[in-house]
Formats: sequence, C-alpha cells, structure tokens
Amino acid sequence: MAQGWILVLASLLYLGILFAIAYWADRRSDAGRSVIDHPTVYALSLGVYCTTWTFYGSVGRAAATGIGFLPIYLGPTLMFALGWFVLRKIVRVAKANRITSIADFVASRYGKSQLLGGLVTVIAVVGVIPYIALQLKAVSNSFTILASSPDLVMPARAAAAPMLQDSAFYVAIVLAAFTILFGTRHLDATERHEGMVAAIAFESVVKLLAFFAVGLYVTYGVFDGFGDIFGRAAEIPRLAKLAVARDTAAAYGSWAALTFLSMLSVMLLPRQFQIAVVENVNESHVARSVWLFPLYLLLINVFVLPIAVGGLMQFPEGVDADTFVLTLPLAKGQEAIALLVFIGGLSAATGMVIVETIALSTMVCNDLVMPLLLRWKALGLDRRPDLSGLLLEIRRWAIAVVLMLGYAYFRAAGEAYALVAIGLISFAAVAQFAPAVFGGLYWKDGTREGALAGLTAGFAVWAYTLLLPSFAKSGWLPADFMAGPFGLELLRPQQLFGLTGLDEISHSLFWSLLANIGCYVGFSLRRSPDAREAGQAAVFVGSGNVGAGALQWGAGAPVAELLPLAGRFVGPDRAREAFARYARSRGVRDVEDLPADAGLVHFAESLLAGAIGSASARVMVASVVEEAPPDLDAIMNILDEASQVRAHSREIEQKSRELEAATAELREANERLRELDRMKDDFISTVSHELRTPLTSIRAFSEMLFEDPRIDLEERKRFLGIIVNETERLTRLINQILDLAKLESGRAEWTTSDVDLAEVVRESCDALSQLYREKGVALATDLPAGGPVVQADRDRLTQVMINLLSNAVKFVAQGEGRVRVAVECLRGEVRVTVADNGPGIRPEDQDAIFEKFRQGGSVLTDKPVGTGLGLPISRQIVEYFGGSLWVESEPGAGAAFVFTLPLAEDGGASE
Amino acid sequence: MRKSANERRLTAQRLAALFLLGCALFNYPVLSLFNHAGQVFGIPLLYAYLFGAWVLLIGLIAWAVERGGD
Amino acid sequence: MTKKVLIVDDEPNIVISLEYLMKKEGFEVAVAGDGEAALQKVASFAPDLVLLDVMMPKKSGYEVCAALRGDPAQAATKIIMLTAKGRDTEVAKGLAMGADAYVTKPFSTKDLVAQVKAMLGA
Repeated sequence: MAQGWILVLASLLYLGILFAIAYWADRRSDAGRSVIDHPTVYALSLGVYCTTWTFYGSVGRAAATGIGFLPIYLGPTLMFALGWFVLRKIVRVAKANRITSIADFVASRYGKSQLLGGLVTVIAVVGVIPYIALQLKAVSNSFTILASSPDLVMPARAAAAPMLQDSAFYVAIVLAAFTILFGTRHLDATERHEGMVAAIAFESVVKLLAFFAVGLYVTYGVFDGFGDIFGRAAEIPRLAKLAVARDTAAAYGSWAALTFLSMLSVMLLPRQFQIAVVENVNESHVARSVWLFPLYLLLINVFVLPIAVGGLMQFPEGVDADTFVLTLPLAKGQEAIALLVFIGGLSAATGMVIVETIALSTMVCNDLVMPLLLRWKALGLDRRPDLSGLLLEIRRWAIAVVLMLGYAYFRAAGEAYALVAIGLISFAAVAQFAPAVFGGLYWKDGTREGALAGLTAGFAVWAYTLLLPSFAKSGWLPADFMAGPFGLELLRPQQLFGLTGLDEISHSLFWSLLANIGCYVGFSLRRSPDAREAGQAAVFVGSGNVGAGALQWGAGAPVAELLPLAGRFVGPDRAREAFARYARSRGVRDVEDLPADAGLVHFAESLLAGAIGSASARVMVASVVEEAPPDLDAIMNILDEASQVRAHSREIEQKSRELEAATAELREANERLRELDRMKDDFISTVSHELRTPLTSIRAFSEMLFEDPRIDLEERKRFLGIIVNETERLTRLINQILDLAKLESGRAEWTTSDVDLAEVVRESCDALSQLYREKGVALATDLPAGGPVVQADRDRLTQVMINLLSNAVKFVAQGEGRVRVAVECLRGEVRVTVADNGPGIRPEDQDAIFEKFRQGGSVLTDKPVGTGLGLPISRQIVEYFGGSLWVESEPGAGAAFVFTLPLAEDGGASE
Repeated sequence: MRKSANERRLTAQRLAALFLLGCALFNYPVLSLFNHAGQVFGIPLLYAYLFGAWVLLIGLIAWAVERGGD
Repeated sequence: MTKKVLIVDDEPNIVISLEYLMKKEGFEVAVAGDGEAALQKVASFAPDLVLLDVMMPKKSGYEVCAALRGDPAQAATKIIMLTAKGRDTEVAKGLAMGADAYVTKPFSTKDLVAQVKAMLGA
C-alpha cells in the first residue's frame, strides 16, 4: 500500500460517491420526493457529531484514561432524552422564524440584534476553526501512515512536508470545493441543503461500518473476543488500571463536567445546530432521533476499549494510540481493512468539515459580512437591484476562507498541544452559547444587553483560562503567562482565584459559565425587555406563535416596494415565486393585488431572513417600512403570553365579580318578588277577610230569619236593616277594591281638565252636609275667592275630598265634633287641609293608615264604618296629579289631612 | 396515528424521568459502586455496567417515544 | 246548669247574630269586643266555651287562645276560633294554639250551633 495514488484514488472515488448521493438527493428534493424526509436519515445525519476526534481520538483517549472517553457520548444521550422538549422547541421556533444558524437564533431571540449575531459568529469561528484543523490533521496523518506502510511511521515524528506536498492542503481544497458545490448551489429561503444532509447520513453509515470492521477484526481476528482481550489485559498492571476509573472526587467531578459539557455541545456546536435544527425537514423526526442517535453513539463506541487495550498490548511503545484503528490492521497486514478505516476516517472528517463550514459560512455571511457591507454606503449596495449573486459569492468565499484558516492553524500548530486538546476546548467555547440559547427559550426577561454581556464575559473567561493557556503550552506565548499577569497568583489562568483541584476543562467551564450566566442574568434584570425583545421573547418562549412577529410592523408596505427588496437578496425570480405562493395562500390571485398590510411585511421579512439572517432582514425591511413605534404596552398586551393570561384572569375576575353582582341583584329582585308575592298574598287574604266579614253577617241574619219564622217584627226589621247595611258595605268594598286595582295597575281612566279646587271642596262639603248635620258635627270652610285652578280629574278630586270629609266625621265625637276645611295657595301649589278635633293618630300609625285595609280608630270600641281603602285610593289619586297626601296629628289634638297639588300654569289664584 | 395530548404529556414526563434516571446512573455515587476491579463475563465491571446502563436507558427512551407511534 | 258562652268579635253585627243564636239555644252569653276585654271576661264570667274571632284589635284571637291555654284554670274551656281568613296555614295555626275547633266565616248558623252544642254536651 505504499502507493499514495491508490489512496488518492480511493479518496476521490469516495468523494465522488458522496457527490453522487448529494446530487441525487438534491434532484429528488427538487422533484418533491425528498430522501431525507425520514426520521432515520435525520438521526443518522446527527452522527456528524462523531468526527475524527471520535474515530481516531476515542481510542487514544481510552488508551490513556480507560473509560474517560465515554462522557462525550453519555452527555448527548442525556440531552436527547430531553430532546423531546428542548430540541423540538428549538426546531419549532427556528422554523417559525426562518432561523439559518445558531448566531441567527441568538440574534433573533434578543430583538434581532446584528451585534449579537456578529458576536456569536466570532465566538463560533474562533472556537471551531482549530477543530476543523484537527480534522485536516487526522486525514493527513492517516494518509501519511497508510502511504508509508508497511513501515509504521508516526506523523508526529515525520518532518513537515512543504505545503504543496502536504496531503492536508489538498484535503482542504477538495473539501472546500465540495462544500461550495453543495453548500451554495442556491440561496434557499430556509437555508436547507438536502443533498448535503443525505451525504452526511451516508457518511455516518460508512464511519460506523468502518469502525465496526476494525473493531470486529481486532476483537475476534487478532484476539479471541472481549473476554480474551480483557482477560489478558487484566494480567498486565499497566492495562489493568484502565478497567477502573480513578476513585477520587476530582475524577468524578471531571466526569460530570465532561458529561455536562457534551450535553451542551451536542446542541450548540454550529454543525449540530445546522443538522438538527436548520436542516430538519419535519419536527416529528426529532422523536425517533432521541433514541436512535444515542444508539448510534453507543454502537460506535462498543469497540473503543478493546481496540485501545489490544493496541497497547500489540504496541508496547512507539505507536500513537490515536492511530491504533489504523496501525493495528496494518501491523497484521490487513491492508483492505486499513483502507476501509482510512475511508471511515475520511468520512468522519469530511462530514464534520462540510457541515461546519456551511454553518460557519452562513453565519459569517449573514451576521458578519452582510451587515458590514450594507452599512458601507460607499459600496452602493443599497442601489444594486440583485444582490443574490453577491450573497452566494460571499458564502463561497467564506467557506474557502474558513477552510484555509483551518489549514493555516493546522500548519501553525503542527503537533502542538493546542491541536490535541482542541476538541474539548471547542466544546467549551460553544458551551458559552448555552445561557443565551436555553435562557432565551425558557426565560422571557433576557435582554440584548444580558446576552451580549454574558457571551462576552463567558468568551473572555474561556479564552483566558483555556485558549490562551493552550497557546502558552504550545510555546506561542511566553511560559510565564501561566503564572498570571504581573505574577499575580490569584489570576493564574488555570487556577483562577486560587481554585485548584479541577482539571482545566472543568475549571474553565465553571468560571466561564459562572461569568456568562451571572452577566446574562444580571444585565438582563437591569431593565425590562423593550417591545422588540418582548415580541421575540413571546415567539421563542411561547409555543412559537408564527404570526406574532407581524405585529411588530405597525404599518404595511406595498408589494411594489417589498418585492424588489426581497428580489435583491433572493433573486427576482425566486422572490416573485415566493410572493405568488404567499398570494395564493392568502387567496389573492395576483401578486400585485396583495394588501399592503403588516402581514405582507412580515412575510417579506421572513423570506429575507432565510437569505441574510433575521437581524439584517429586519434592517432591510425597516428601510422601506416605517417600523411601528415601540408601543410597549400594546405589544406586551398582544404578545406577552403571561400578560394575556393575566388579562384573561383579570377578565375572569371581572366577570365573576359581575356575576356575583348580578347574582346579588337577582337575589334582591327575587327577594322583592317574594316580598311582593307575600304582599299580594296578604292583600288577597285581607281582601277575602274584608269581604267575608259583611258576608258573615248577611248569611247569619238571613239564615236566622229563614230558620225561625217566629221572630217578632221588631227584631225582623232590625235584622233586615243589618243585612241591607252589610250588603251596602260589601258593594262599596268591591267597588273600591276594583278602583284601587285600576289605579295601581295604571288602567284607570282619567279625564284631566282645569279644575277649580275651591269649587270641588264646596261641592263635596255640600254633598256631606246632611251626614254632618245628622252627627251634629260642625263643618267650617276657608276658601279663597276665585279658587285655584289645577290640572286634574274633577270626579277623582271630589272622591278624595269626600273620603277625607267622611273620614273626619267618622272619627270626631258626636255633637262636639268640628271639622275645618281650608284651601290656600303657596309657591305654585295649592294646599288643602281637612282638620278635625278627633282623637288624633298616634305617630306610629300615621304611615300605616295609608296602607290598604289599615284603619285608624282601633282605639274606638265601635268599629268605624269604612273599608280601609279610602286613604290609599286618595293618595294614589293625589300623587297621580303630582301632589302628595299626608297627615299631621298629635294624639288627643285632632288630625289634619293635607294634600297639595301643583297649580295649573295659566290659572292662578290671583283674582 | 397521532398521540393524544394526554399521551404526549405522559411521554414528556417519562422522558424527563429517564433523563433524571440517566443522570443518576452515569454519575457519582452510583458510578462508584461499580468502580472496582472485577469482571462480568470477562468484561471489566465498570465498562460492562456503563454499557449495560446505556443500553437500558436507550431502550427505555425508545419505548417511551415509540409507544403507540407518533 | 246553663252553660256559659263568651262571644269575642270586633264586628258588632256578627256579635249580634251570635248572641241571638246562643241565647236562643239557652246558653248564658257574654260579649267582648277585643282581645283584652275577652281575657277579662273569661276571668269574671268563666265561660264553658269561647267563640273567638281571630282578627281583632289589641290582642288577636291567637294571643287570647294562647293565654287561655297557658292558664291551667282554663284548661277545660272550649275554644272555637272564628276567622274570615280561610287559609290552611291559619287553620293549622289555630289548632296548634290549642283551639278545639276552627270555623271559617261566613259560617252556617245551623252547623255552628250544632258544633257548640256537641262540645258542651248539651
């Protein structure tokens, strides 16, 4: 296998197959028959998590630390158990907002901040480029080893080849070309790359098969199964200790820290975010991935320890454990397996590099370059009609630059410490996104300043405690860097503030996340979120209300402005197509007929967001649309779920208060009704009593007369007289009851005219003069000449007067009684008084006598003749004409019944 | 067939419980119980335990998610 | 010995008719126009039977009835309540107060006399 050209050919062949798969998948996708629209493909593509760091590095790590390689895979397993909540939520939110990268995600969450997007991009680039370098190194190393077989040459000890003979250089170029071909074929609104994803899924299968092949070979070919390997290893003290982990608190702490770190990384690494979120076709695919992806991780790790132990037994020294997967088959002359391993390693490297560079180039283009170019007025970009070509160009250059940076780092680092440790250092870098991302998903009050401060602080601490020390250990920084600036012990990068006992990763993770979370929370709580942040918070934290974002655009903008704007970035044809689809979805036939409303603006913004990121999209749309003034209250009210709930509960409280009030009212009304019912019942009972009383006499006397014919004449006459009287009483009663019923129900007939009240009084007195004479009661009148005129019913007034006069005569003593009637005019009303010198009415009875069937005079032994209805009727009549009737009396000093009536306007009592 | 809201809630709770179970299984102190020399079917105890627990956890997660289909 | 009947009612005409009826049957009759007078008359006249109207000034028939029933000396005194209120609840109330009978107005003179005679065992 000395011929390098076979390796080159195999590599190119392999890349050709990848290319074919990607091409085929893209074609299928264009035809609407997506190959990646399947949960298993999704789960496999997530296998991009396993890079050469896994493929070669796990065995190396296992050879050094035993099971120490496992937390890197247990963490993702745990995270994916939560994937059902976290990943699905991120996917949902990202789809709703057309998120194109993790930088876009963070920028969008905190009010579409370009600054934040740029910062995340910088962190990602700084953190991840060395990781790309690691992949190039791995491919290059494996090439060197294979090419120089059957001699086992450790690349670390080989002299560095000049660049043009360096396989890594060509690997970088080929990968750049491949990535550009599949990463930037066109600008998609959703920034998805179906062909690329299909190729990545395929690569996951290849690297698993390759690793399985070598694992099976080593375990069952070289040795005699697991038992044999471990059994033999147990006899070698150096190897036996690999079977157990160090049993110290620090070791368990490191273990937990690594698990935690890889939990975060599996979500936050740009390539993981790209595959898991941006490239996700269907949210439901997440469900299967939560167990299939961990299963993949488990399978690819099954043979790690056997290979490590086998390698250590095979090569007592002189061979890098990182190369065991390759050197073990080679040492046994199994070149075919070695070639397969090489391809597997190649697939692990290419998968990582392709996805990572696509993700980074999108971020660099959307969140770094475009915002700067658009601000650079001198370029005149704001006048160019079609920027979509420029966008693609930027991305292609970004891919090339990222890969070249990776290569440059590789060249510079060589075998330095900085490259070996870079896997975990990268993990720790992207872990800085965790507070902003997960906080942003579940906490509404995070603000732009909070995210900026948290990211900056975390990044700075990470760089100081992990990145710069790795430079120092590589000899790029003076060694006394590790002693702390100015020799300050407290500030020693890897024993910050004197914290010792943690490994460097745990140490850095602790301080950087402490600073990060502290600043994120602290700065967020300095002010409440503004309207835009609150709006985005509602979209991210809430269940992803897609339309909610539209509310941020208070005004609309016409298609004539939005279409060209979108066209500039996504291409005029694609823009027109997208607008047409949108028009159809709104039931509008022509694109030009779309209403210029906030919904259209939102659509255009999200279309743009797919191409240039949400932060830039907002800026571009704002250039043609008046952004709604940040009416915090309005947006909070509409968007903020919590405030909606609050408003809702306030509403419910309000409703329940209203209901209570209504219930109380009803109860009151019911009470009144019952009272009325009781009164009616009482009234009927009283009426029946009043009617039965005369009837009783009539019946009794009639029966007596009828039964006993021997009653003498005198008696007979007396009885018949009683019968006649009681009959009259009954008649009167019935008439008055009917009268009162009419008055009360408002069905009484009134004949209203100008009435001379004095005349009515005079006539009434005349009518009763006979009665008064019979009883020997004096009746005096005091009437003004040309009596006062009122608007009233003459007969009714007469009825009132007669009632009052007959009442008076009823209660005064026979012979000595005196009744005086006076009519006088006072301030627009006429006042009639009927005063007697009777026994008077006790104060407690003065209201009662106006009730039905309540008679005064209970002091008298003789029951006064009357129905008990006269006064209630009189009061009804007087009140009907706008007056009032009352009694003034002192017991023993007589009673005066007084009523007033308003004077008619034109009739005065003047003359 | 889509799961009902109730089933989804149950699934979510099962997964959360499995996450906690995993955290317990893969960390101190449970881990320390198996951290000593010894072999199970010729495989180092700790190694066998970790992979066994891992398989169990994945199986349970798969059971929780795929039950009833979605 | 002639039985004594006390007539209590505030309607003069009803009193007249009852007085006539009772006298005709040979009872010794006394009359009271209200509740208070009735209680005084019961003490002085010691009637065997009281014809007691319910709706009266000063003291209602119920009160008079309750007072009589509360007095052990009057335990044997028969009470017939007369009322123009014919509702069932009032009948029940009257009987609950300890009245021996309850007659609604207007009553049949023949029935009333028969009832009085029956009660007095005459």
